[in-house]
Amino acid sequence: MWKELERTNHLLRRVYAPHLPGAPILRLEGVSLRYESGVALDDVTFAVQTGERIAVIGPNGAGKSTLFKIIAGVLSPTSGEVHVYGGEPGEHVCIAYVPQRSQVDWNFPVTVADVVMMGRVGQLGLLRWPKASDWEKVYAALDVVHLRHLAKRQIRQLSGGQQQRMFIARALAQEAQLMLMDEPLTGLDVHSQEEVFSVLDTLKAQKVTVLVALHDLKMAAERFDRIILLNRRIIAMGSAEEVFTSEILLEAYGGHVHLVYDAEKTLAVSDTCCGEGEEAA
Amino acid sequence: MLTFLLEPFQYAFMVRGLLAVLIVGAVCAVVGTYVVLRGMAFFGDALAHSILPGIAVGYLVNGSASLFWWALGTAIIASLGIGAVTRHTKIREDAAIGIIFAGMFALGIALISTVRTYSVDLTHFLFGDVLGVQRGDLWLSIAFGGFVLLTIAALYKEFLVLSFDPVLALTLRMPVRLLDNILLVLVAVSIVVALQTVGVALMLAMLVTPASTAYLLTRRLPVMMLLAAALASLSGVVGLYASYYWGVPSGAAIVLASTVVFILVWYVRREKV
Repeated sequence: MWKELERTNHLLRRVYAPHLPGAPILRLEGVSLRYESGVALDDVTFAVQTGERIAVIGPNGAGKSTLFKIIAGVLSPTSGEVHVYGGEPGEHVCIAYVPQRSQVDWNFPVTVADVVMMGRVGQLGLLRWPKASDWEKVYAALDVVHLRHLAKRQIRQLSGGQQQRMFIARALAQEAQLMLMDEPLTGLDVHSQEEVFSVLDTLKAQKVTVLVALHDLKMAAERFDRIILLNRRIIAMGSAEEVFTSEILLEAYGGHVHLVYDAEKTLAVSDTCCGEGEEAA
Repeated sequence: MLTFLLEPFQYAFMVRGLLAVLIVGAVCAVVGTYVVLRGMAFFGDALAHSILPGIAVGYLVNGSASLFWWALGTAIIASLGIGAVTRHTKIREDAAIGIIFAGMFALGIALISTVRTYSVDLTHFLFGDVLGVQRGDLWLSIAFGGFVLLTIAALYKEFLVLSFDPVLALTLRMPVRLLDNILLVLVAVSIVVALQTVGVALMLAMLVTPASTAYLLTRRLPVMMLLAAALASLSGVVGLYASYYWGVPSGAAIVLASTVVFILVWYVRREKV
């Protein structure tokens, strides 16, 4: 309860954690999460530099969502430390977690603009109403993702790609510097996926750091600066050439991965273990 | 027709009743919007029933003089208690709530049954008695109903985020537990405000029926709140007349009216939703 009151006080006075100069935007040191029933994450250590776009891949149940929730400060690790700009993630409001679309109540009575405005709540602080400048930021964010014309729609009326871009706009309105996207491409057609990537390119130009959990290994290889291959612990980390060797992939996925060599000896891979109505990548 | 509508208001108790149903309708419907959106219906029902022993003890101690305060105290303790139990038990949440709620309700009935005029009093507590609202009750309803509405207005964006996306609330460092508890207390206070008009047995309908009807009609939260308040007040007025002319317990009459409205709206909108 004390922590809650402290948070209340900070939000009332709008006190946020400082950003230490020179510190990487994100650093994890030996982060583990153990439940009575087993290990969700085991000794995860890595650092991310500002502006990087990183793919987090791994089979279902590898702990990708868990990892993101720990970075966002929603779950607490049982051991290890998370540093955001050198500080604990506790009082930062610069981290955005973009939920899986299946986790959202699309019938909730809110418009697209209402959802994007939710991103401003951290900066606004408790008990304050949005000002004109906040609405300007909301509409500027909607412009970036090309959704201004749908601002007054109820969220159910958007297509899958538009829904995903709406949440990116919310992260922009939040002025997030670290964006965690949990399987944003799942269930989107190729065209919608390209729209999401074009927005991600805009973010990269603005030095926003993005971690994306995904299933499509080919996309991870082509569209990201670095890849983290996770299966409760970090199996491999680095460029596509470093991570996508057949030994490493077999270690991570077991039999659930297709390894196909084409004429130029490059590896085409796909992750076949998609659950819960996801489309195979 | 006009005489039928206006004639009852020559009595002061009818004017008080009218004010009471308007306040109760607005407060319960606005809070009920969150009860519906957050799936707290069972909690609301349990909470309403759980305050019966508090009312009973108050009634045994000093009659109907300070029932409001006894009910308020019990409701707040019960709301936070149910909240805590659901967080710290291995039993499933709905089962835990069910155990507490049935136990408390049974205790309340047992206590009231020790009084001689048992059946009349019990009926009032269970099903409401809007025609018996006193001047003091009305002032308390206005004060506490106003408190509920003001709190919801002040914390509008916080409750919105918390209801739509609890993970966002956590990443924005909002005091989620504290806000959850505030909402539970607001539900509790609303129930107490509506106690004399609706009674404990049918309280759930005041929380969920008008809000659900409004949910079928709009896709915007502020509109949903206003519509729910209007529909609940309308049902309240219908219930008031039914009490006056036919002696139907006001809670039953109000709930019947709002149920009829719900069915009509559902029928008209069934293709669209």
